[in-house]
Amino acid sequence: MIEELLHFFASPGYREMVLTLLGEHVYLSLVPLVLGVLVALPFGRLAQRHRQLRGPLLGAASIFYTLPSLALFVLIPGVLGTPLLSPVNVVLALTLYTAALLVRPVLDALESVPGHITAAATAMGYRPWRRFATVELPLATPVLISAVRVASVSNISLVSVGAVIGIGGLGGLFTDGFQNDHMAEIVVGIVLTLLLALVVDLLLVWLWRLLTPWSRVDKVVSEP
Amino acid sequence: MIADLIGWLTNPEHWHGSEGVPAQTLLHLYYCVVSVGIAMLIAIPLGLYIGHTGRGGTVVVGASNALRALPTLGLVTMLVLIFGLGEAPALAGLVILAIPAILSGTHAGIDSVPTEIVDAAKGMGMTPAQRLWQVELPNALPLLIGGVRSAMLQVVATATVAAYVGLGGLGRILLNGLAINDYAQMAAAAMFIALLAVAVDLVLAGISRLMVPRGLVLIAEANRAGN
Repeated sequence: MIEELLHFFASPGYREMVLTLLGEHVYLSLVPLVLGVLVALPFGRLAQRHRQLRGPLLGAASIFYTLPSLALFVLIPGVLGTPLLSPVNVVLALTLYTAALLVRPVLDALESVPGHITAAATAMGYRPWRRFATVELPLATPVLISAVRVASVSNISLVSVGAVIGIGGLGGLFTDGFQNDHMAEIVVGIVLTLLLALVVDLLLVWLWRLLTPWSRVDKVVSEP
Repeated sequence: MIADLIGWLTNPEHWHGSEGVPAQTLLHLYYCVVSVGIAMLIAIPLGLYIGHTGRGGTVVVGASNALRALPTLGLVTMLVLIFGLGEAPALAGLVILAIPAILSGTHAGIDSVPTEIVDAAKGMGMTPAQRLWQVELPNALPLLIGGVRSAMLQVVATATVAAYVGLGGLGRILLNGLAINDYAQMAAAAMFIALLAVAVDLVLAGISRLMVPRGLVLIAEANRAGN
């Protein structure tokens, strides 16, 4: 096993393949994460403003989240006419997942903003859009980011499923390793996937600190 | 495209025998029920113990978060390479996948029971075992069943992927379609997989509704109305 691993890393061809697949994996998991957040925000906002939309929106989100990813990877080309092996299918499927997962947290996050704060902003003459972008959204960030962290981890682990039909970043190491009875490849794939998830998670925590400077001030002030 | 799909669906050949849709759906369902069942036997007692004693909670939460990042396909292919081709290693992969969700659901359920309720039970002279079975477990049921539901969804999805390493079921139909480049067959299989996932989730939602004590439902409704 160790020998196999060393052999794997000694070969420049393998190293290059792993780097390409890693790049693909990053693209296939992070683009949907960003797109999913962008889709979930307006829907979460709608659910917050219009109570009668809340049930249908949350229901639709939970149905999308129920669908197995491989089924979506296969069905999307039929609906859109994209080629079966197009990365667009994975990006779209995972965008749907991310958005479906985030609609409720966006709603919860927006509802967590105290009413007197939005009222104060309104009284200071903030129009609804500006109030949303500069007051409500920043204050909702902490609740939101913790859901984005869950979505990023699950995206990174789901991308590789696409390898079964021939698109899926590091998942290619699993199918290739399985066909060639080459355990080292599978182990490298698993470890890199876990590392990628960890690195993205750390970046999100860092982003959270960056976006909510007041939370640090609070901590300093409340310390005796 | 649609015509091809309808053509595939209306071909009686695809509905009979051991390779047909009904047989493969049942097989798929069988794998899921068996592996989630085994996972429940392991995870629920463990979760109850951890939740009841309050020991090892951080480990459970950490481990189940880490397992979320573990790629299914990698886990399953690795187990099959280690233990050889066959149903047992693939099923073992499904069980491993199902455990964290059920474990953290059970643990979170017990953990969420308000301390004043547990204290009241203590004050009434209940033994620890009575407290666990009559107070903590019923109160933990919504989150516990939620954990089982999410485990079941993951397993339905993963059983599809496990067809790649020789498991039967709907994933088999999908991969056979891929092998002969028949998109209609792949799409039909994908559709049934999606339908199965939704149907299984609905059944579990129904079971949850039957099992969760009436008092908890009333409290949740009152809270929602109060908002």
